[in-house]
Amino acid sequence: MKLALKLAYRNLAGAPLRTFLNVFVLSLSFVMIIWNKGLLSGWDKQARRDTINWEIGGGQYWHENYDPYDPFTIEDSHTELSQAILNEEKLGYVTPILIAQATMYPQGRIQNVLLKGINPEQTILELPSSYLNIDIDEIPVCIGKRTAEANHLNVGDYFTIRWRDKNGTFDAAEAKIVHIFKTNVPAIDNGILWIPLETLRTMMQMPDEATLLVTSQEKESLGTFKGWIFKDHYYLLTAIREMIEMKSIGGSIFYLILLLLAMLAIFDTQVLSIFRRQKEIGTHIALGMTQKQVVGLFTVEGAMHSVLAAILGAVYGIPLLGLQAVKGWTMPVGTDDYGFTIADTIYPAYSLALVLGTTLLILITTTIVSYIPARRISKMKPTDAIRGKIQ
Amino acid sequence: MMKIIIYAIVLPIILFGQNITGDEILRQLDKNRWSKTSIVVSTMKINGKRGTRTITSKTWMNSEDQSFTEYLSPARQKGVKMLKLGDNLWTYSPQADRTIKIAGHMLRQSLMGSDLSYEDMMENNKLIEAYKATVTGEEIISGRDCYVLELSAVESNLAYQKRKLYVDKIRMVVIKEERFAKSGKLLKTTLTEEVMQLAGRWIPKKMIFKDVLSEGSGTEFIIDEIEFDVEIPQTVFSKASLRK
Repeated sequence: MKLALKLAYRNLAGAPLRTFLNVFVLSLSFVMIIWNKGLLSGWDKQARRDTINWEIGGGQYWHENYDPYDPFTIEDSHTELSQAILNEEKLGYVTPILIAQATMYPQGRIQNVLLKGINPEQTILELPSSYLNIDIDEIPVCIGKRTAEANHLNVGDYFTIRWRDKNGTFDAAEAKIVHIFKTNVPAIDNGILWIPLETLRTMMQMPDEATLLVTSQEKESLGTFKGWIFKDHYYLLTAIREMIEMKSIGGSIFYLILLLLAMLAIFDTQVLSIFRRQKEIGTHIALGMTQKQVVGLFTVEGAMHSVLAAILGAVYGIPLLGLQAVKGWTMPVGTDDYGFTIADTIYPAYSLALVLGTTLLILITTTIVSYIPARRISKMKPTDAIRGKIQ
Repeated sequence: MMKIIIYAIVLPIILFGQNITGDEILRQLDKNRWSKTSIVVSTMKINGKRGTRTITSKTWMNSEDQSFTEYLSPARQKGVKMLKLGDNLWTYSPQADRTIKIAGHMLRQSLMGSDLSYEDMMENNKLIEAYKATVTGEEIISGRDCYVLELSAVESNLAYQKRKLYVDKIRMVVIKEERFAKSGKLLKTTLTEEVMQLAGRWIPKKMIFKDVLSEGSGTEFIIDEIEFDVEIPQTVFSKASLRK
């Protein structure tokens, strides 16, 4: 093995330009795979963290009729909180949210919105609900930056909200924007007006009622409550998980092409080597090496490309990827309007498993690609090989 | 003698005019509004920021809570159909060849971009059954002498708890209407600009609907043709007729 490594290194060093080109393309694959996977991993972690902190807490209890993807269910998705839930609320383990449909009229334009009532005192979510703790004649409203921009609203602006109470009767009142928050979670921003829970309960004539309950991160599930269905993180983060998986597949195609190019170069190099070095192969066999050992020699030579690529990749990849892990990857303007949870700047997260896994993947692939043309050696006649006869 | 005759004719009119109750006016309005069946060809002019759109349609109505509408123009809306059966509403789009049930928040959306919402179309109740009316005064609106009526809902499940009607004293037609939110905020107005007499009853011919909270100069609704108490096959008021 030592001999094989020594010979392989000498042969590679003997053709520096060819070796460098092969190794460089392969190292690019290395760096690209780690960068892409790291970026997605960073996005995934950030999206999960933001969604948990801003929207779902430790989990959510949904009213049994509630389906966020079916607006028809909202009218019937509310019920009075039981004493057990009220006790949990007092202990700070749960915060109720009431949801109702309404129409707002910013500058005379009609816009359908969701009114979400939240306790201004709550601390379970990072949503800045404390701004709603204000005594004004109008309905105090907190909105996200996206909703504010879409409707040309600023802090201090007034507009009319029209809604129908639980009996279906129209009512309307003036509202005032008391705060505009910035969040990476569009699900709590787009088309949503946050108002004090008690105000919404009064408006809808639904005292002590709620549509969903958000639990604190330290408690997560609080057991079962009649009429409520608990949704855990696995369920509530499905959309993020599926999106990252989809993006990961998309990214794989890109670096698969790079890897394919590198493998093609190595394959060609191996075929050419075996063709041009028949005399050498014959000499090795004549000196006592078995054909298997010669195949191994050539395979090691090919596989060594991946080792050198890992070293070269580390030389320029570590500073580059390290710098990006610190500075982050700034998303283009408007990305946060796509509707999925994404920060303005994504900080890639590289793990040891990711680096080792990528190294192993490239090492195995290169070894296989090097072995395939080397198999021809085992079919060579040593006498013809030593004479350099084309076989 | 002449004086007696004059008093005999005028006095009851004056007395009747003074004593007429809100409920009696509502009854007369309902009588004018409702018929067993009717077929209406109408034009809706939607005055928006980017100009005026004109939509024509033909509606078949049966009793109080069944109607079938087919849009005739413009080309974009042609063939769109709408069926109302009680509290249910379906629309059919020929482009998509799909029937959609309009429910929940969709009912709040504007009808073809007009100042009317789908739920405005869903009103089934007779005024006398839904509201208690009080005559609060008299006013001249569009040159017509009108009773001013304040309506308050009998039940709590009506879309509008308060309404104000300005009713032509002679023709018993609503000249102006204001619909209020529970808080008292004015939400919608209707102004009758033209009336016509048909089969012994006065009905509005041209009305302007306005969502007071939104911008724009309102939606004009003009009745081009109307027929009362005509035979309409029951099959018209079925979901199957949407795709025909």
